Amino acid sequence: MTRFQRWLRSMLPAIVVGVVFFGAWELAVRLFGIDEFLLPKPSSIWTALGQQWSGVEGGTLGTAPLREAGLNTAGIAASGLLAGVAMGAVMAFVFTHFARVGDALTPLAIALNAMPIVALAPIFNAWFGLTSNLSNQAVVLVVVFFPVFINTSKGLTQVHPDQLELMRSYGASPFTILRRVRIPNALPFFLTSLRIAAPLSVIAAIVAEYFGGPQSRLGPVITQNASFARYANAWAAIVVASAVGLGLFVLAVLAERLLMPWKRPEAI
Amino acid sequence: MNANPADPAGTQAVAISGIHKTFNEGTDDEVHALEGIDLTVAPGEFVSLIGPSGCGKSTLLRLIADLLQPTSGHIEVFAKPAPQARVDRDYGMAFQTAGLFDWRKVGANIELPLELMGWSASKRRARSAEMLELVKLPDIANRYPWQLSGGMQQRVAIARALSFRPRLLLMDEPFGALDEMTREHMQKELLSIVAELDTTVVFVTHSISEAAFLSNRVVVLSPRPGRVHRVVNVTLGERTEDTREDPEFFKKATEIREALRSVEAAS
Repeated sequence: MTRFQRWLRSMLPAIVVGVVFFGAWELAVRLFGIDEFLLPKPSSIWTALGQQWSGVEGGTLGTAPLREAGLNTAGIAASGLLAGVAMGAVMAFVFTHFARVGDALTPLAIALNAMPIVALAPIFNAWFGLTSNLSNQAVVLVVVFFPVFINTSKGLTQVHPDQLELMRSYGASPFTILRRVRIPNALPFFLTSLRIAAPLSVIAAIVAEYFGGPQSRLGPVITQNASFARYANAWAAIVVASAVGLGLFVLAVLAERLLMPWKRPEAI
Repeated sequence: MNANPADPAGTQAVAISGIHKTFNEGTDDEVHALEGIDLTVAPGEFVSLIGPSGCGKSTLLRLIADLLQPTSGHIEVFAKPAPQARVDRDYGMAFQTAGLFDWRKVGANIELPLELMGWSASKRRARSAEMLELVKLPDIANRYPWQLSGGMQQRVAIARALSFRPRLLLMDEPFGALDEMTREHMQKELLSIVAELDTTVVFVTHSISEAAFLSNRVVVLSPRPGRVHRVVNVTLGERTEDTREDPEFFKKATEIREALRSVEAAS
């Protein structure tokens, strides 16, 4: 068997499940005569996706083309993700390395984390301007920050005591221990948080977009199509949003493969 | 096994005098872990520390390693104060958990102390290959720790502890997590390795038979505060698998067991 054949074989169950799922959906809508505004058929969503992808038919009641809206939202999600991940990792380092800073700031961090962050979206619109990407990026950043911060902190501190003693027995400095032990030890924690954060960034971006701002984003495309009862179009936008989320998730998994060659193989 | 009486300076591998160790001194959680410990270990000797849990045997090992500091008393390792010996890397250490770093291949794990000592890559590679040969795992340099069994991981940990050829090896129940068969096998391997490298060993264990099999001397500690209760000299000559069935071996094991019993009766 070639590598491709083996890969295909491992993917087969997932493909079968996918085909059965969409087949059953299509069939159920047709068979039970479910109204398209409740649940459009996969085929209708597919058609809408094709029509809405690069331009809008007719131009009346025009919403932005999905390609443009998808790219914009993906840009906001990805840039917010990157900034939030960087900030989460750096703050984790600061909190754990400078214990006094950490002790002083941890209660504040916990209080901030308890805040429903998307509720900040209208406030951020006021702070950073409704038309700027910055307000939506800020929402993504804050949402993504906490899982990365918390997991990375854990990885930097939860080193096996024997390993720390071993390093001290070598006369290693705290900096050497950080570089040789704490950071590699934190890497799996950090990368797990990345997998959580990646899809979260798309959710945060779209919810933030619901609160107004430029129209050529997936958020407004979904709300507008829904309000005009063009549910197939709204669903098409949701498909694009899912694809963006999936794409970022796959990037997180690829980062893991790249950065952790020692990881034992597993499914996800 | 040279007690080295001819050494003019009379240098001991480890010289412990008047050691007290109290944790959380002056608080409600104050624990007197060790009290008035005097002990010397001669170069080439294999000394085991045994005693009930909480007798401070691991604490004593960490004091020798300068991972803990005594409340009072003095420890010298090869005639240097313990902190100096640590900085000079005069000893290697192995723990119950092999403590291998997941992200390093076996070879790189063994090379870690050498890396910290600034050895060149080629010298490191040569030494780690040599060490793997010594622990009888010649072909696993490129594997990751998760691919090894517990016994293999422990061998790699020993190879790492000895990679820079320290004259002293400190071991804290290194075989505690292994099954009986692997454990006995590892004990024999350890003896042949330290004999080949002429390494002095201080070995913490729970196991009476392990202590009897490995040691020249077994130090039985009493619990809380830990004191030297009795020292059992073990003279069994060269250890082989037959040693375990030698009547003399049983006699020594019995002696250690009785010392442990009298310790527990007293406390």
